[in-house]
Amino acid sequence: MNRPGRWIKANLFGSPVNTVLTVLALALLWQTVPPFLDWALFSASWGGGSPESCRQAGGACWTLLAERHRLMLFGLYPYDQHWRPLLAMALFVALLAASSHRRCWRPWLALAWGALIVVASLLMWGGVAGLVPVETAQWGGLPLTLVIAVLAIVVAFPFSILLALGRRSELPVIKAVSVGYIELVRGLPLVSLLFMASVMFPLFLPEGVTIEKALRALVGMTLFTAAYLAEAVRGGLQAIPKGQFEAADALGLSYWQTMRLIILPQALRLVIPPIVGQFITCFKDTSLVTIVGLYDLLAATKAALNDPAWRPFFVEGYLAAALVYFCFCFFMSRYSQWLEREVAKGTR
Amino acid sequence: MGGLAGLWGSRRFRGLVYQALVIGGVIAVGGWLVRNTLTNLELRGIATGFGFLGREAGFDISESLIPYTPADTYARALLVGLLNTLLISALGIVFATLIGTAVGVMRLSGNWLMARLCGVYVEAVRNVPLLLQLFVWYGLVTTLPGARQALNPLPGVFLSNRGLVIPGLDWSGGGWPVLDLPRLAGFNFTGGLTLSPEFAALLAGLTVYTAAFIAEIVRAGILSVPKGQVEAARALGLSKGQTLRLVVLPQALRVIVPPLTSQYLNVTKNSPLAIAIGYPDLVAVSNTAINQTGQAVESVALVMGVFLCISLGLSALMNWYNKRVALVSK
Repeated sequence: MNRPGRWIKANLFGSPVNTVLTVLALALLWQTVPPFLDWALFSASWGGGSPESCRQAGGACWTLLAERHRLMLFGLYPYDQHWRPLLAMALFVALLAASSHRRCWRPWLALAWGALIVVASLLMWGGVAGLVPVETAQWGGLPLTLVIAVLAIVVAFPFSILLALGRRSELPVIKAVSVGYIELVRGLPLVSLLFMASVMFPLFLPEGVTIEKALRALVGMTLFTAAYLAEAVRGGLQAIPKGQFEAADALGLSYWQTMRLIILPQALRLVIPPIVGQFITCFKDTSLVTIVGLYDLLAATKAALNDPAWRPFFVEGYLAAALVYFCFCFFMSRYSQWLEREVAKGTR
Repeated sequence: MGGLAGLWGSRRFRGLVYQALVIGGVIAVGGWLVRNTLTNLELRGIATGFGFLGREAGFDISESLIPYTPADTYARALLVGLLNTLLISALGIVFATLIGTAVGVMRLSGNWLMARLCGVYVEAVRNVPLLLQLFVWYGLVTTLPGARQALNPLPGVFLSNRGLVIPGLDWSGGGWPVLDLPRLAGFNFTGGLTLSPEFAALLAGLTVYTAAFIAEIVRAGILSVPKGQVEAARALGLSKGQTLRLVVLPQALRVIVPPLTSQYLNVTKNSPLAIAIGYPDLVAVSNTAINQTGQAVESVALVMGVFLCISLGLSALMNWYNKRVALVSK
């Protein structure tokens, strides 16, 4: 028998159970793939047009995306100013791509990220250099999703390291406070934490002080993410042999020197996969701000489908949004696998 | 060396100072928050305390496991919500475990096609937010045909925009239950168990999403069993099924159970997403209560307390099970 024949026999029809599985899988594919291709490609309606043209075509309504993608991507941001969030996102993606090359891991990269945050906020807010000011209440779509995800991760990460160190601390009070915070937050659903942030923050603050809805949601997301990240970091701290601490002590290093120079570089390297996993979760969880009334990518997609004429084509709309989320999450998980191999090079 | 500098050189003294600072900080921040909250509540004319629980709720709840009318108290309304949360979580956990295990095992099977299909499922589902998936499920359920054109995938199972109708058990006759098959009567079904569209969408969403994560956990667990174990079992003449059941799974469970516990907790913690599609779970009911009474602090505290209890209870149960499957080293 030739090689493909042998491969097919071994991998698809090796045993009776195997054959049954193959037949089942083929039946499933036969039932789903041709109708899907017909719906998504052959009977679909492409290009601009009205909902009516979609109904006549009978297949997928990609017209929806052609007509309403601006609303889905940018939410309530003023229509003629869409180039600003677009430019900010392009800069963000470019810097993200640059950061994934080892050649670029130089001090200037940190400066570039700082500069990006400043430039992107100026672009989004406006009010300088002749840009029309845009309030955060009008921010929406993918830029808002990215802003919340990135800021929540950037703020939560150092906080989580402190929490993890606190949990491993020998000082009973610091340990108790850290354990209490981590376990309390991890026992709660994010939805109720976000509700708490949106309902109770106004009560917590002195009279007359208000904070914006987006900021409240951001604080909720940050507090939540920090607790989970802290547990991931703790896993790394626990894996460091005691001899490392003792050696650092013997060298006369202080607690913070020990942590910064000896323990954390090793511990964080060990827990890259769970940490990036938590970043991915955080990115997906930003969609929950929809529930407290912010116009992130998901809510903006929902808003684009609010028009009764377009509502029947909700699958197309959500599919497009899902693809955007998928691309970011998939990139992060692949990047974590690459990063894990990359930082392990030195130890081999 | 000066006295103070000498003291500062002692690790114990520094520890005491740091701890005192943390205690002071926590008390200061906590006190500031409590004072602000009390002032704000007073300004808004909201009385603190759990007294509102005994008052009449005055709103209806679309589905309930126990009898409930708008004339009942807030306490009972919250209990209805809690039971709904527990129901959806329990069913979600059971179905997600079944599907997740099947997919995880399938992904490792020698069948190339099945393994690839399961891989596509896991990657596609894990990288898309659950809330988005829930919106799609809810949209799909509500665009199903009406009761008269209901889909009938299995005998006695009907899918329509009224939700999912399945055969139920009738205990009213006393003694042995009788199978109660649903029938179409007029524009709706009678008999059987009806799951509302919201419930069906939430259950489908939670199950499909969590199953993808459980599949990865099961796969990692099975892969953690050394290959020699399988080879030894095969050499002893055990069949493939026996090898999986008697040798691989008992060892894989040790790796599987701890992360599985956190997935089970995730199901309960994800169930409040129900609020987005209108299923009356605990968080949704308490939100209505907050809107009506303004008792945000008490309601949020109550919901937090309940979820902490559920988390701790489920963790305790799974830890007990984990002890049973854990390796006993002598």
